[in-house]
Amino acid sequence: MADFQIKETPKDYDVCIVGSGAGGGMAAYVLANAGIKVVLLEAGPLYDPAKNVTQLKWPWESPRRGAGTHRPFGDFDAAYGGWEIEGEPYTHKNGTKFDWFRSRMLGGRTNHWGRISLRFGPKDFKRKSIDGLGDDWPISYDDVAPYYDKIDKLIGVFGSKENLPNDPDSIFLPPPKPRLHELFIKEAATQLNIPVIPSRLSILTKPVNDERGACFYCSQCNRGCTVYGDFSSSSVLVKPALKTGNVDVIPNAMAREVLTDASGKATGISFVNKDDKQEYTVKAKVVILAASACESARLLLNSRSSLFPNGLANSSGVAGKYLHDSTGASMGGILPKLIGRKRYNEDGVGGMHVYTPWWLDNKKLDFPRGYHIEYWGGMGMPGYGFGFGMQNLNGKYPGRDGSMKQAGGYGASLKDDYRYFYGATFGMAGRGEAVAREDNYCEIDPNTVDKYGIPVLRFHYKWSDFEVKQAKHMKETFAEIIDKMGGVATWGQGSAENDYGLEAPGRIIHEVGTTRMGNDPKKSVVNKFNQAHDVKNLFVVDGGPFVSQADKNPTWTILALSMRASEYIIDELKKQNI
Amino acid sequence: MDRRKYLKTLAVGSLGATALINQSCETPKEKTAELPTFTIDRTPEELEREQKLLSETFFDEHEMKTIRLLADIIIPKDEVSGSASDAKVPEFIEFIVKDMPRHQLPMRGGLKWLDLQCMKRYHADFASCSPAQQIEIVDEIAWPEKAKPEMAQGVAFFNLVRDLTACGFFTSEIGIKDLGYMGNRPNQWDGVPQDVLDQYGMKYDERTLAESVKFDS
Repeated sequence: MADFQIKETPKDYDVCIVGSGAGGGMAAYVLANAGIKVVLLEAGPLYDPAKNVTQLKWPWESPRRGAGTHRPFGDFDAAYGGWEIEGEPYTHKNGTKFDWFRSRMLGGRTNHWGRISLRFGPKDFKRKSIDGLGDDWPISYDDVAPYYDKIDKLIGVFGSKENLPNDPDSIFLPPPKPRLHELFIKEAATQLNIPVIPSRLSILTKPVNDERGACFYCSQCNRGCTVYGDFSSSSVLVKPALKTGNVDVIPNAMAREVLTDASGKATGISFVNKDDKQEYTVKAKVVILAASACESARLLLNSRSSLFPNGLANSSGVAGKYLHDSTGASMGGILPKLIGRKRYNEDGVGGMHVYTPWWLDNKKLDFPRGYHIEYWGGMGMPGYGFGFGMQNLNGKYPGRDGSMKQAGGYGASLKDDYRYFYGATFGMAGRGEAVAREDNYCEIDPNTVDKYGIPVLRFHYKWSDFEVKQAKHMKETFAEIIDKMGGVATWGQGSAENDYGLEAPGRIIHEVGTTRMGNDPKKSVVNKFNQAHDVKNLFVVDGGPFVSQADKNPTWTILALSMRASEYIIDELKKQNI
Repeated sequence: MDRRKYLKTLAVGSLGATALINQSCETPKEKTAELPTFTIDRTPEELEREQKLLSETFFDEHEMKTIRLLADIIIPKDEVSGSASDAKVPEFIEFIVKDMPRHQLPMRGGLKWLDLQCMKRYHADFASCSPAQQIEIVDEIAWPEKAKPEMAQGVAFFNLVRDLTACGFFTSEIGIKDLGYMGNRPNQWDGVPQDVLDQYGMKYDERTLAESVKFDS
């Protein structure tokens, strides 16, 4: 490489944002609309669900019938990347486990998620005051509520007013009616005093503006929506931000480090362009990291200098620590009364129409923090795996003529079994809050670099007894609901040997906490406005600043905090404080 | 994107998102001119991988012949729809073992096991046996709960072939139609049809009816 040199991007920007997911997309949207000149670096390619289409495609349009061989959630899933990306490894310490899902593309992981859009509740910001574990946030629900309101109106979310104490209502669009299996789940759970209420998803059951169409009920949100009827950062935030003319997107730009000057201020980002493999720098007055909790921590820790020997904005030593993902466990089975059911189009919206918010009092339980329950089932589109294990099913239930059959088999009778059992299965999964702990962390691996020469992350993560007990409780609850419905559990029965099916950390893709916020610069990376204590013109607006995950999906709170931080940045720029 | 173009774009200071979008859309097209056409979104890397898989052959002719026979025994033509081979299930099985190498050994070894069993009994490989002989040996391995213990490997093999055949069939155009899946098209979900609610003795409560999304029609 004789001509190796670092090329400087000639244009200077007000703000450089790293990452175009929920946090970065929202920052770009708010800042660009305020007339601020923004450069948005994205480590993957551009993506537009109206052009990069998998929606309304049939299983046979994928030679593997939609299997997850390459895209972990299947060929039709919108998200590029996954837990493993060629040439971009990560490592583990002391035999611990953490699976890191990365989606390098415009919109990041908002292209995949279930659109579950839950506000954190008042208690979720003050957990230490309640149970003595972890830390309180430096802000309260009331600080975030006005931003949740704005996001509800800007993006759209359906749901129902419930007036629950720790699951605040949004400004809701009307929810879709429950599907048949959801009615059975609701009936059974209600008898067990487990609430089942309309789900809260950012899917447009009514249009919110002229740019985005209403949902047409194909149940394929994870494929990306050609009419932008659901939320993803690429179509709902970045696209309109570009229309202002104030945003330049540089795709395939893999950030290497945050640049600083002699005074310790951030001056921009150095990145490698994946297309031409050349090195670039881009300058800006303000740098916003929104690369995902772990990637932003990696950037800070890799931005070492004599002024910042522990990594940038890390005088506290806290960067990378307090990493925590949601807990997850699941169970499923068959509902015999749905065998041989009548056919109709049951697709609905992408995902569940009902869910269970956390409903119990931890004072009466042997673990802290709660979980919510997600449900699925019914007559979905067949894909890879359809009909597998028929020999475990067709010998257990009477056939159309009322008589029992031998398990397994072949021929016309077997062929009819697939029709007969279609749509009779269902499942449920808990998503719970883990306690953030200092000794669950990511750090820079001293021995390993990725294919761009960037030192990689090394993870150290162990579930505690709290999370295992929570998973046990989930499984007990699922078994009770299934039993009450008259269902038969066919998979997911956990035991102590497998930690009650508790998923490995990282599998739920809700990891947060690595650049946590706080009032004390010795114990936190950013302040209550997502601004680095040590570097005033540096912000982090992804899940990193979360002090604690709630029993809720983090996206709506990432969006709210990013909007709040962006308004603060606009104000500070006006005052010439940064 | 060509580096000079890229720098030029940066230099004029427009970096116009539109310009970038157009250029980055053109680049993969040039690269992927010889690759197979897909009707679903594929990244350039994915297209390369698909082409590699599609250009390879795993099963030999004899193996494919046996797979075809087994698939049509498992899913035959009936009054509703065609057979597994009508739905190109053998071609799906050929692809899926290349895509998921974990299936290769059980499939290849299982086919060999089946031929050896037939050689012992009928002095012919499975494909060369009479239809009656083929069904006779299939009956030994198709019923896991009554199969003889010495047939266990054959049962495991047949379970796999049954899974791949049924999955390949019911994810094909013929199979989806047969199954009666009615979605994957624009719709207005207005709840479970009334006759189905009645069948199960269920109904929507007043609050659900009042709050849920309503449609004009």
